[in-house]
Parts: sequence; C-alpha cells; structure tokens
Amino acid sequence: MRLTLKIWRQENAQSKGVMTTYPIDNISPDMSFLEMMDVLNKELIEKGDSPVAFDHDCREGICGMCSMFINGEAHGPDRNVTTCQLHMRKFKDGDTIHIEPFRAKAFPVIRDLLVDRSAFDRIQHAGGFISVNTSGNTQDANSIPISKYDADTAMDAATCIGCGACVATCKNSSAMLFVGAKVSQFALLPQGQVEAADRVQNMVDQMDLEGFGNCTNTGACEVECPKGISLDNIARMNRELLKSKVL
Amino acid sequence: MAQLFQSSIGRKVAMALSAFFLMVFLLQHFTINSLSVISPDTFNEVSHFMGTNPLVQFVLQPVLIFGVIFHFLMGFVLDIQNRRANGKSYVKYNGAANSKWVSRNMLFSGLVILGFMALHFVDFWFPEVNTKFIQGDWSGRIEGVEGYRYYEELHHRFVNPYRVGAYAIAFVFLALHLNHGFTSAFQSVGSTWGRKKVIQTISVIYAYLIPAGFIGIALFHHLTH
Repeated sequence: MRLTLKIWRQENAQSKGVMTTYPIDNISPDMSFLEMMDVLNKELIEKGDSPVAFDHDCREGICGMCSMFINGEAHGPDRNVTTCQLHMRKFKDGDTIHIEPFRAKAFPVIRDLLVDRSAFDRIQHAGGFISVNTSGNTQDANSIPISKYDADTAMDAATCIGCGACVATCKNSSAMLFVGAKVSQFALLPQGQVEAADRVQNMVDQMDLEGFGNCTNTGACEVECPKGISLDNIARMNRELLKSKVL
Repeated sequence: MAQLFQSSIGRKVAMALSAFFLMVFLLQHFTINSLSVISPDTFNEVSHFMGTNPLVQFVLQPVLIFGVIFHFLMGFVLDIQNRRANGKSYVKYNGAANSKWVSRNMLFSGLVILGFMALHFVDFWFPEVNTKFIQGDWSGRIEGVEGYRYYEELHHRFVNPYRVGAYAIAFVFLALHLNHGFTSAFQSVGSTWGRKKVIQTISVIYAYLIPAGFIGIALFHHLTH
C-alpha cells in the first residue's frame, strides 16, 4: 500500500505543534497500525530525521498505552480495538491518514503523539481501590455470594484499560466513562460496597479537579471505547453519587 | 446537598431536573393550545382560568420563569466549562462516526429556542403582562369580542406567514433538542431508562409529536383566518 500520512509533530509540551506530511510506500495490509508507524520511524531515522514519538507497550490491546487519534476517531475507524490492534487493511491504497494525539486540557501533549494521562492515575488513587486487611485472614472472595449478573457487570466494567479514548473522543473532554467504569466495578461487588460513598465522592472530586468536562450523553465514548464499556456505568456513577450525597 | 450541585454530576442532575420540569410544562402548554383547534370556547375558559388563577399566576408562573432561566443559564455554564476542558481542537474530527449531530449541538438548538422564546414573549407574554399587571385589567375581555379575548388574540397572531414560518423553524429545532434531551435527562439522574427501547420510543413520539402539533396549530390559525 502507498499512503500519505499527516502526523502531528510537536517538539515538547511548550512548543507549537504542526501537521507534517509523510508519504510512505510498501505497507502491507496485514501490518498493525503501530508496525506501520515503526516502518515510518525506521525511514525517518535512516534519513537523519527525528522519529515520531508515540506511546505503546503490550501491543495486544490490553495495556491501554497506545493513544492515537486517527482520521478523526480515537484508535481509528475500527470498533472495539486499540490502535495496536488496528490493521492497515482497514485503509485503502492511496489513502491520506490524519494522525493526532489525544486532545484534552487534562491530557497535555508531551511530544508528538505522546500525551500525559497521569490524571487518570490520580483519579484511581483518589478511590479506585478497596481497603483489605492483608494479615492472612482475608476472606476468600469466592466464598462471598454474588449474583451472576452483578459479577458479569462488574467484570465488564473492570475491562476498562484506562486508555483515555473516551476523553479524546468526547467533545467535552469528559472522563465520566472511565470514572463510571472504575466506580461500577467496585460498587457492584460486596467488597467494594463498604467504601462506595467515599469512593464515588473522592473520584468525582478528583475528576473535576483535573479539569475534565461534563458528560452531555452523546454516547461517542461508548462507541469509540476499545473495550465497549457501556454508558450504563455513567448512569450508575451518577446514581452512586446521588445516593452518597442525598441519602 | 449544596455540595452535590458543586460537582460536575450535580450540575448535570440539576440540568436534567429542570429539563423534566420544562417537558411537563410543554405538554401542558400543548394540551391547552390544542383546545384552540378543537373548541374555541373551551380554550377561552381554560386560558382565562390559567391567566387569572392566583396559584398559577403567583406560584407556578414564577417557578416556570425560574425553571426556564435556570435551564438556559446552566446550559451556558456547562458549555463554558466543557470548552475550557477541551484542549486544542483536532485538525480532523469525525463526530458523525460515533454520535448524532443533535447530541453534539444542544447549545445551538437551545439558542434557536431562546431566540424563539424572545419572539414568543413579544407576541404573547409581554402583552399579557401589560394588560394584567400594568393596566390592571384581569377581565379577559376586550371591546368588539364576544366572550373572552384569548382565542381571537391567538387567531390574529398567526395571520403573518413569516411569523408562522419562524415558529415552524423554531419547533423543528425544539424537536431536535427534545430528541436528545428527553433520554439524556434520564441518564443524568442516574437512570438507565433512557437507554431502554420503550423510553426511546416515548422520547421520539414526544420529541416530534408535540413540536409537530404546535406547527399544526400555528398553520391552522393561519389558514382559517
């Protein structure tokens, strides 16, 4: 495949970025998107140019590190995949592909396509955990009765990999799908219910402090989420917060 | 409780509650206006009751005014916050790939409705306030009209085809605004009802039937004049 790449290049957080055009040839449709980026970077290095900086780690769709905004969509045009699981066969020979970093005030660009998503870590630190006595007398989770529905729904919420596609795609840069998923995975389980009120309040407070926007229920986050996290998690988070403040 | 409305979720809940209130009001307004097509006498009787009943005039009307102002102001506040949360705009953003145009442009449709309300107030509400609260005339009658004046005033207002056109355009945007707002309000108050088929069907019926009905009423008065 022969492609034209338009990639956001930005030296550092302070510098002004610009879209730069790179023609690229001999791309196999079987390559992953990141492999195509590797080919480009190899060519740039051989030419003496600086390679395009981008996040990646497992390249198996589970770590949540890759974070590109491709042709106007987080993780590109495919559904339920991260950028590393997006393949070049989704594009046509001769296509022009726009590649930008995830954009949000709370996700400042570090360099090129790298963004700082540590705001998510701070939200997790604020309440995305359960306090367990690890003295050796901890009750086996399997001995606590829980309905199949709740277990499955909690597991679905827990599949959120915190990649930030929800924020990137939201016109308001809202993080409510991420926070909703993290609140839900604990709120649905007996172990998480003890600290449910403090958790939702602390996580929502931290989310607001980080400067994420308000959800206007467009549903774009659910569509673009590589793990298919449901909007129901946002409703559950809203419910949990109301319960914690009003009841 | 005050803390709740300082949070992003609290503000969304407040927005949704005001939306539910306004949707109930809209249904009531539509029901009364429909009477003008079915029975002018009944329309006059109900309008006079609504226009002179102390509970409606001095309790419900101020609550309604507060609800309308609150909904618009909160809409602007949330939009300003959302714009602040956005970083630099994308060079290429394909919003149509994952969401409906109307859900991404609630502020725009809201602004059209706000413009319509200014026209609507000039047409009906300000003259009504003038008659009752400035001139002190609570009789509901004018010279040359047998019975109450409300039907005649409404009927005359839609002689002008441009006014009918402006109302029709505004109601199209109201339909779009309601189409997203109805189900969205459920989500904001923590209910998943808005995602259920039955509520979505009710939402579509409500969002399109009521504005279409209002357009029909305006056309009826224009064509029968």
